[in-house]
Amino acid sequence: MIKFSERQLKVPRFMRPVYLVTGGQSQYARAFPEKRTEELCIDALTMAAELIGMSPAELKSYIHTCYYGHFADHFGDQLLGESVIHDRLGLDPLGNCGVKTGGATGGTTIWEAAKAVASGYSDCTLAMGWERMDEVPTDEGNNYIACAADKDWETPLGHIYTGYYATMAQRYWQVFGKSQDSFRRTMAEISVKNHGYARWNPFAHGAKDITVDDVLKSAIVAYPLRVLDCCLMSVGAACVILADEDTAFKMCKNPLRLYIGAGSHTLRVADRRDMEIPLLPNETPDEYQDLDEVFPGGHRYPGFTGFLAARMSAWYAYRMAGVTDPSDDLDLVELHDAFTISDIQTYEDIGIRPYGHGRDYVESGDCYLVNPNTKKPGRLPANLSGGLIGCMHAVGATGVMQVVELMLHILNRHAEVHGDANLWKKFGKKKPKNWVDVQVPNARRGLAISHAGVGSQVTCTIVMHPDHLLKED
Amino acid sequence: MSPQAKVWIEKNAYRIKGEFSTIEPNTPIRREDGKLCGVTNPRRVVHIHSYGGEAPFFAGLAEGKLIGTRCVNQDCASQGTMYLPFRIHCPECLAKMKPVDLTRKARNTAKIYSYIVTSRTGAFNALDVPIRFIDVEVQGVATIIKSYQLIGEPAIGARVVPIFRTKNPTYTITDLAWVAKGTPPAKLPKGFTF
Repeated sequence: MIKFSERQLKVPRFMRPVYLVTGGQSQYARAFPEKRTEELCIDALTMAAELIGMSPAELKSYIHTCYYGHFADHFGDQLLGESVIHDRLGLDPLGNCGVKTGGATGGTTIWEAAKAVASGYSDCTLAMGWERMDEVPTDEGNNYIACAADKDWETPLGHIYTGYYATMAQRYWQVFGKSQDSFRRTMAEISVKNHGYARWNPFAHGAKDITVDDVLKSAIVAYPLRVLDCCLMSVGAACVILADEDTAFKMCKNPLRLYIGAGSHTLRVADRRDMEIPLLPNETPDEYQDLDEVFPGGHRYPGFTGFLAARMSAWYAYRMAGVTDPSDDLDLVELHDAFTISDIQTYEDIGIRPYGHGRDYVESGDCYLVNPNTKKPGRLPANLSGGLIGCMHAVGATGVMQVVELMLHILNRHAEVHGDANLWKKFGKKKPKNWVDVQVPNARRGLAISHAGVGSQVTCTIVMHPDHLLKED
Repeated sequence: MSPQAKVWIEKNAYRIKGEFSTIEPNTPIRREDGKLCGVTNPRRVVHIHSYGGEAPFFAGLAEGKLIGTRCVNQDCASQGTMYLPFRIHCPECLAKMKPVDLTRKARNTAKIYSYIVTSRTGAFNALDVPIRFIDVEVQGVATIIKSYQLIGEPAIGARVVPIFRTKNPTYTITDLAWVAKGTPPAKLPKGFTF
């Protein structure tokens, strides 16, 4: 049984407010045979500079320390790739640090960069993430990804991460999904939604106009997961610039506030021990007393059905930022939809719905920009970028991309960037004639979840317009 | 690695004999118009890896034993808790734990907590496909070991019993597998015993 001490449950506090000044991203693709990683990183930094009317050199003149998120050194066959990028960005001799937390690398990179600003060590930091997964054949890639599991207890079992991850999906599917066709269709809806939103995102490489039946007919990866339930494997880069208040307002007119919390759980799901459910501000102690009656088999927590790291990242971040109910306080979310089913699990971990009821977030229509049931605005739109399923999963960049997307919504600049026909052309694409503006009207606050593998690390980033804070500093 | 390559320990240091790493000729990668874009970088590398304090678990598999550990620190809030996978130190008090033979307990109580069947594998996979991945609960054990099932179709709650590659063991986690309860010894895969 895991128990926390009071000290461990201290609500994190920045010593001074942290602002999100700007951010940028490269195009994402399965492969970039003719681009080096540094070219993608420079694309991202250049976009960040342009968004605040600066040249890259001018923006760089503010940066004091740099945090680089790049998970899989072995894919690129380059240790200390961070130093290569740092040099190519022309940021020597500033201090820099590489960050690696699997799929949560992007979020963790922001976590580190934010703490440097919050502590006063730096007034302005760069958090840049990227991934390069196109330089090995697929089966070698599968083996490399499996190396992120326990090398003695898991990796020799098939050298395939799916085998370690998907048993969690199976348990959730049978216990909370009750193996129902209706639940299976709800999973498919997430894929349709996220591939669909990606059609309006020029950076995305998984845009598809598909139906629920297309998802249900796609090839099985590991039942109940099919190909179209799974995220993309991508190459690309994204960055954000963080700063203290004085510096942020010198750099731009409208910086946003940023809060971030992090949690962890065992690398091997095999090591998960039982515990009481840590409650979020919108939950009550008696809420889960009959969980095993309603969902037989749901008695273990987190078992294989919850991501404790996601729960704890939200536990810390909500209290830090003053969120009392994510559905009321937030205007949009970007979640780590590695798989359709893990997306549903995350709705519960971060309190959008209670444990066992995640599917309702989709079925109610709340997760859409426009609720398909009511034709009114969705209560809390999710993954309008397309997420990992429709936009990209360039591991080190993913958590950063999510925050860039939130930023553009809160600044009401989403259409300016995503609707730019020249940008589509630059990426070798044609802006769709029926292009849809998915800007969330009056977006003030957003949340991003960055999640590693079976849930070993998770960060929860909350971005707010400074005129709409939920809590006094 | 050449077939004769060997590693052993002498005076608390690794001794290595034979060829462990080889480089093969690289080849150019060209664009459709013939212009150079990059190169391949092929080579083979062999890692030398210690199981450290977990070695008794892997040695036990070759002897047909499933060994977990138990915290015996009287001052620990988790005293008496049993762990499989074998953990060297208690996750609570960090005291060194005591190995405990869970073979009989597993034979009598093991159930599938979750599972997945997949035909997808990565490079260097040594298991037959499709692989039936299973996560196994053993009564009285706090954790849920991941493994694979060789005989019978997995289902949540299904009873399984452990089998061990005792003939020509690989000394890896693949030496442990599971079969549906009731599987006769004659049906066990080659090299495996109960």
